[in-house]
Amino acid sequence: MADRYAYYPGCSLQGTAVEYDISSRAVARALGIELIEVEDWSCCGSTPAHTVDQLLYGALAARNLAIAEAMGLATVVAPCPSCLVALKNALAMVQEDERRKELNELLELPFKGELQAKSLLQVIFEDVGVEVLAQKVKKPLKGMRLVPYYGCILTRPPKRAQFDDPENPISMDRILEALGAEVPDFPFKTECCGAAFGLPKRELVLTLSAKVLEMAQEVGADAIVVACPLCQQNLDLRQGQINSHCGTYFELPVLYFTQLIGLAMGFSPNEMGMDKHAVKADRLLEKWQEESRG
Amino acid sequence: MEILDIGFIDKDFIKAVEQESGQEISRCYQCGNCTAGCPLSFSYDIPVHQIMRLIQVGQKEKVLRSHAIWLCATCETCTTRCPCEVDVARVMDTLRIMARREGMVSERGIRRFYDAFLESVKRHGRLFEVGLLLRYNLQRGRPFADADLAPKLLGKGKLHFLPDDIKGIDAVRGIFERITKKMGL
Repeated sequence: MADRYAYYPGCSLQGTAVEYDISSRAVARALGIELIEVEDWSCCGSTPAHTVDQLLYGALAARNLAIAEAMGLATVVAPCPSCLVALKNALAMVQEDERRKELNELLELPFKGELQAKSLLQVIFEDVGVEVLAQKVKKPLKGMRLVPYYGCILTRPPKRAQFDDPENPISMDRILEALGAEVPDFPFKTECCGAAFGLPKRELVLTLSAKVLEMAQEVGADAIVVACPLCQQNLDLRQGQINSHCGTYFELPVLYFTQLIGLAMGFSPNEMGMDKHAVKADRLLEKWQEESRG
Repeated sequence: MEILDIGFIDKDFIKAVEQESGQEISRCYQCGNCTAGCPLSFSYDIPVHQIMRLIQVGQKEKVLRSHAIWLCATCETCTTRCPCEVDVARVMDTLRIMARREGMVSERGIRRFYDAFLESVKRHGRLFEVGLLLRYNLQRGRPFADADLAPKLLGKGKLHFLPDDIKGIDAVRGIFERITKKMGL
């Protein structure tokens, strides 16, 4: 029987990160993870909400947890780290009696908080496991040299994340290795891409994201692998802007780890939304096909 | 080194920061680990360990009017590495909330972006990305900022030009309204 999880896609996955949603759902199904979408979910509040009020931030996320709770599901899976942090923050808040009362008043919904939130990466790494994943590989990612970029908040701070290592995470490394890819050491695994400053402070994002791209190029990566829609957007969609701003010539595809799991499991590149990035992955896919033919 | 004449030590401010953030600011012994690891430090007017020190000596206005508190990206490196286990990122968050309340926001563009984001959530229940971009760019008089990104997104099912309100939109609006009332805004 498949494991059942509540699925909280979040706003990005309906828009600019649609390929993360497509690949997450397909790969989960193929791995025997049943994802049941949180009915009529709403925005988690993300970064903007916690600059206004802690209770607003808690309540916006808690509405979704309360719905998942009412659906009788024990674990909520969020592919996006920013959504995940919002959900985890609300879960911590509801443990305090005073805060729980305030949240329930705001929500006008019963919310006990007797559930947990995990990233899709954590579910695949811990609940499925790399051994099982390796057995499902039909087309090993031979010849692909990939660097995993975890970003800031997927594993930080460790007290909240309760997953992997805050300074040197390895979950995506191990997953990509299990898929047959070559995974060199990447010193900038948890550096910051500039996060939500793309619109209000673009030059900060361009400066910080350029460093990540530069290091990836330095270690000879064919592509960067991410688990966060905002990291993906900053590194991929803004790569042209980075090149203009910094006088660089980067042409590095930035892919979601779920897309690579899908490719290795036999899904076609189109089924994984590989045609939806700003920087095309055609050369990487050609190299892979050549290597696989051997 | 800048020598600061601290004059008045605002003890109420110290207490308010400690209470709202749930952090003991006096624990900070100025090791500088937070600043060393901060990826945004290059853009700050006041490095984060000095923000902590300024709180300790009750310099409310200097802290709340700093640009640094808004340029912090909440990457949580400081919190992860603080040997005194101060949740520094949480303190920065608290300072942003206080700066809003006191009308001391120095990075108005960033605040406006956050506000436009939340306005979109309040209207539709979810973030309407295209709407946010247009609204924010119009507000700051730069309607064509990031227009170069549009061709990279078109035809891929990524851009939705009409918002799609969730069914429970009243519940989300209710949260915003009750919060606004509670904060006395």
